[in-house]
Amino acid sequence: MTEAAKDQPVQHSSVQTEPASPPRSQWHDIWVQFKSHRGALFGACLFLVIVLGVVVGPFVYWNDAKFVPTGRDFIKLRDMRPIYHILWDSGAKMDWAYPLGTDNLGRDTLARLMFGGRVSLAVGMAAMILALILGSLIGVMAGYFKKLDGLLMRLTDLFLALPLLPMILVAAVLFREALSKSIGPEGGVFVLIVCLIGITSWMPTARIVRGDVLAIKEREFVLAARSIGTKPSNIITRHILPNVMSPIMVSATLGIATAIITESALSFLGFGFPPDFPTWGRLLNDAVDRMTLFPERVVWPGILISLTVLSVNYLGDGLRDALDPRIRGR
Amino acid sequence: MLTFTIRRLILAVPTLLFISLVIFLLLELAPGDPMAQVPLTVPPEVKEKMRMALGLGEPVHIRFWKWLVQFFWIEPQVLVDHIFGTTFSQGDLRVISWQTRSPVMDIVVQRLPQTLSVVGTAYIVAILIALPIGIYSAYRQYSWFDQLGTFVSMVGFSVPPFFSGVLVIVIFSVQLGWFPSIYDTTLVVNSWESFVKQLQQMVMPVMVLALQITAQLSRFMRASMLDNLNQDYVRTARAKGLGEYVVVMVHVLRNSMIPVVTVIALGIPSIFGGAIITEQVFKVNGIGQLLIGAIQANDLPMVQTLTFIFAVLIVMFNLIADVLYGILDPRIRYD
Repeated sequence: MTEAAKDQPVQHSSVQTEPASPPRSQWHDIWVQFKSHRGALFGACLFLVIVLGVVVGPFVYWNDAKFVPTGRDFIKLRDMRPIYHILWDSGAKMDWAYPLGTDNLGRDTLARLMFGGRVSLAVGMAAMILALILGSLIGVMAGYFKKLDGLLMRLTDLFLALPLLPMILVAAVLFREALSKSIGPEGGVFVLIVCLIGITSWMPTARIVRGDVLAIKEREFVLAARSIGTKPSNIITRHILPNVMSPIMVSATLGIATAIITESALSFLGFGFPPDFPTWGRLLNDAVDRMTLFPERVVWPGILISLTVLSVNYLGDGLRDALDPRIRGR
Repeated sequence: MLTFTIRRLILAVPTLLFISLVIFLLLELAPGDPMAQVPLTVPPEVKEKMRMALGLGEPVHIRFWKWLVQFFWIEPQVLVDHIFGTTFSQGDLRVISWQTRSPVMDIVVQRLPQTLSVVGTAYIVAILIALPIGIYSAYRQYSWFDQLGTFVSMVGFSVPPFFSGVLVIVIFSVQLGWFPSIYDTTLVVNSWESFVKQLQQMVMPVMVLALQITAQLSRFMRASMLDNLNQDYVRTARAKGLGEYVVVMVHVLRNSMIPVVTVIALGIPSIFGGAIITEQVFKVNGIGQLLIGAIQANDLPMVQTLTFIFAVLIVMFNLIADVLYGILDPRIRYD
């Protein structure tokens, strides 16, 4: 007789016994599923490393991103190659104090990459949050209030039919001056780009949230809440929003990826931040003119953009699998 | 189906009108000044006259109406004149670019072939690569081929075109010297050598664009195949004793293609948008570069027309995708 069969009669009796294993919470299940997705775990670690390196890096690293040498230092420090160049070219101009070399003005590349990463990630996160707030708000409104549904969904369709990249480019040029004057050149462009990306990327979130809200609204617990006189605003915040958190979280991760790519594309086309204010896209754009001589200046920002987006995409994939109860436990 | 198509076509008209209004108002709100390039020595009253000559003196709604008339009434007439040699549009004012003082549509027509050849080839190449990869990955799910395919499509998804483009330039034209890094649009294909040259310069932009499209399409194809492979009719087909090739390539593939075809149709307009960046990287003087140049030069009629053309493409292909879905899948009935 096996162990399980011996325990069987005990469970049938009315005596309360200790369960064999402690009850598992929902978040524990999600974590177990997430862990089993190797790509997602790898993506999460990589993203964490990049964020940490970008945030903590400038405090640890000895060179200043904004320092421009003058006079003889300028000649001495400019166009330094990365230190790994010594492997195949012993005569390369390099210095151990500048691990990734310097650019044509003598500014340290690694420091600029860290600084640019801060800006790129900040734009990505801020734009994602704006898009999420807009998308969830419109999605919940459209799903919960029947009167608003038609109007809001037509609005979503219209936004989806707009040519977004050309319009972002146009708006980025047209409103730059006005915002720069009122908030300052860097802050103005930051606000402008975050708003543009946020306003143009809320539609998928809104559609998904609306669909989920439509289904959840008909469930018994919402009916119960309504029957005891809960106000609509409380039903939404206490009962519906927690239940649509998983699609919102998935579109949040994927939203960071698209926001970072859009920001880099804008900077690459020359419609983003001002030249002395590095972002990854801007660094890539600045380096394109001299990429035949200094390919590393193109490669590093490009690799960082791609790695960040790749890690976030894998993270989103894993989250989607982990948060979907139909896939979980399979 | 026909009534649905007609209803959607009629519904597309207010959508397009609204989009054109949004674009118009966006440009209207913008604080840019077309007279900014005029020298300071020009007296203000002359400047005012120039402004009037550009049509800027009228109120907003009249200018919007005039633009609508020019774009939807006069430009089609010009097209008809061009094809049949008639003279409907003689003496009518067309949408004029502030940059070149020539009709906007003429420039667009000049630039269109470059964009279409690069984008079109990229799209066809991408479909030809993506479909077999998607089919085989789904058929051998979790095999090493599937793992590799999923990883590569994830990478293709994540690497932005302005990096992959620059990367292939560094590798293939700087280090190896196989392909030219700049797309030469003045090249006339009239001999074998020039044809080879044309192929060489098209390889890199096409590959960069195709990588992105392949990544998306193969994911869709794989998911769609996986949905169908476990269906009952597949078991029936196998039980009848049909060969594996017939089961997969005829029964499953035809059903899996339904959503993929609509995705292909939906993707075409966004490809034109993505081509803006690729054209900039490889210096292809197509529509995307025209748009960037027009934005930088504050050439509002050009920007407005080009953005609107992109919007028309999106609305049109959305419609085509919907209709295709209805035709291909008899289970979908819109009426």
